[in-house]
Amino acid sequence: MAVKNFVVASFDDEAVLFPAVKKVRTAGYKIHDVYTPFPVHGLDHALGLRETSLHTAGFIYGITGTTTALSCMSWVFNSDWPLNIGGKPHFPLPAFIPITFELTVLFSAVGMVLTFCYLCQLMPFVKKHIFHPRQTDDLFVMAIEVTPKTNAEELKAFLASVGGQQINEQKAEAGWWYGRYDREDRLFEQKAGTVNA
Amino acid sequence: MHLKYESTLREPLVDGEKNYHQVTEDIISPIEAKPGKLWYVGFFISLLLLAFGAFSVTWEVYYGTGVWNLNKTIGWGWDITNFVWWVGIGHAGTLISAILLLFRQGWRTGVNRAAEAMTIFAVMCAGQFPIFHMGRVWMAFFVLPYPNTRGPLWVNFNSPLLWDVFAISTYFTVSLLFWYSGLIPDFATVRDRAKTKLRKLLYGIASFGWTGSTKHWQRHEALSLVLAGLSTPLVLSVHTIVSFDFATSVIPGWHTTIFPPYFVAGAIFSGFAMVQTLLIIVRKVLNLEEYITMGHMEAMNKVIVLTGSVVGCAYLTELFMAWYAAVPYEFDTFYKFRAAGPLGWSYWIMMTCNVITPQVFWFRKMRRNVAVTFVMSIIVNIGMWFERFVIICTSLYRDYLPSSWGYYRPSWPEVGFYMGTFGLFFTCFFLFAKYFPVIAVAEIKSILKTSGENYKRGMEQYEGQSAEQFEKGLHHDDHHHDTHGAVAHAHN
Repeated sequence: MAVKNFVVASFDDEAVLFPAVKKVRTAGYKIHDVYTPFPVHGLDHALGLRETSLHTAGFIYGITGTTTALSCMSWVFNSDWPLNIGGKPHFPLPAFIPITFELTVLFSAVGMVLTFCYLCQLMPFVKKHIFHPRQTDDLFVMAIEVTPKTNAEELKAFLASVGGQQINEQKAEAGWWYGRYDREDRLFEQKAGTVNA
Repeated sequence: MHLKYESTLREPLVDGEKNYHQVTEDIISPIEAKPGKLWYVGFFISLLLLAFGAFSVTWEVYYGTGVWNLNKTIGWGWDITNFVWWVGIGHAGTLISAILLLFRQGWRTGVNRAAEAMTIFAVMCAGQFPIFHMGRVWMAFFVLPYPNTRGPLWVNFNSPLLWDVFAISTYFTVSLLFWYSGLIPDFATVRDRAKTKLRKLLYGIASFGWTGSTKHWQRHEALSLVLAGLSTPLVLSVHTIVSFDFATSVIPGWHTTIFPPYFVAGAIFSGFAMVQTLLIIVRKVLNLEEYITMGHMEAMNKVIVLTGSVVGCAYLTELFMAWYAAVPYEFDTFYKFRAAGPLGWSYWIMMTCNVITPQVFWFRKMRRNVAVTFVMSIIVNIGMWFERFVIICTSLYRDYLPSSWGYYRPSWPEVGFYMGTFGLFFTCFFLFAKYFPVIAVAEIKSILKTSGENYKRGMEQYEGQSAEQFEKGLHHDDHHHDTHGAVAHAHN
């Protein structure tokens, strides 16, 4: 992504936030994101976000685990090194169930968490712009991108009219970069090439 | 107004006058303060125990498992007893965070973080025992199925001991992922209010660059839900598979089909007891009584009395079956070597602690008494330790060959090893209590406006209204928001 201009407004109550989101969207402004300290149910729909497909990914990882376990165990017992263990069959399905189940769960959980981190760009040493330090505490922070067509002053006045507080303009990197939170990175003064997508 | 409504008849989950910021303040500020004297004393004692445990284990590895009082008759003693005990304790965390999430139990939000941490530390302790029981511990990786230079000779996928390897390691990994994914947003909260550079740096790394974006929360919710769905059968499978270690054998007293549910109930029983022990101390020391309320403790005590009774039924079923099955070996094991005989005392400790004393929790007054709960939680864990001891040792010490009959008492490296795992557990827990948000901050905030005491009080005015009055109030409320009022009304 790139460095962009944002108009940022804070809300201190979900009850004000929801109507505000609706009004901002109806007015035709494009909400970059709303940052909340906890999952606010229904906000994703209010913002017009589609449902996540993470569950589907989890299911696919799960059946991958199932097939991996079953095929590996039967390959070992039947083809690679068939061993007579007390005269037991070479394909003892009931005895395979526990490990098959465990691997299904393991693959699904690990795969989903990695996918989650990939989709949300979460990783140690990853840094993102924080629009308001209290967006992880008690404020709901709405960031609206300022395009060449946007009248920033008008937008600020509009946000104030729908209940926004501490309205300001910020120039910020919209994506992520490698960085440390104890240092102030002024990315917009650097060359564009150092910024990751 | 708020978007959800909960009856005032339900006990609040968060007491006191709270708003979102106050929640952050209450839970995060202990991380930012210097730990008290008690913390240092406790941490130092834990480190000492850990060091003694490390010494005992080193002794055992150097001289071999012969330094333990195990022999041909009693092949499993304190080591496997402790293994099963710790794994059992490790069941409450995932039960609270997964099963109670699926059942939409709001009270889990106050206790799930600490319980999950406890789970992870307990499983870490449990894992030590089978590994060091191997004797030549540097060959422990032989239990993993990998293409090797020994044939390749693979592990035996038919063996319950191998299932255990998969079950415990999967359980540990999934619990850790579940726990950490919940911690990420809370670490971000600590990071964003940090004043010192070091804290900003460390919590910045730990929070993975979390911002609280709506889309990320949506995925986070989906992830938590699916992980909960996966962990629910997983937590039941783990102790089931542990019980298979015994149930698939032909030893009298082990060879029984009720072991899986019996072990799972016992695991939940002891796990909740350990959660109570820890949380009663944590809520007092960190002043979190308003988040871990009497209601939370009562709910857990209800689980304890339920699972304790399930365990009690299992004990009686075992006794009945030992008689009814008319197998002389089973009969002797139960009636002559367990309930009587040289190790009979352990059976009666087990019966008293697990079946008789927990019955006090049928009384509401007892369930809501901190002192009683604390004492009971320790009694239950003593009882559950003896349950595993009884199952393992009283089945083994008198086997099919009377000339090998013996008695079993542990040697000092066995006791030292067990004490060492306490050291490990409490060292980890002290560090957790100091550096981690011990309560899931974001989750408390998400239930605050429905279940917080001050918000519930705001609901009382609506509960007496008729439907028509309520309807009128809704339209009025659209134009006028008051901070405390709350009406069920969703904006689409």
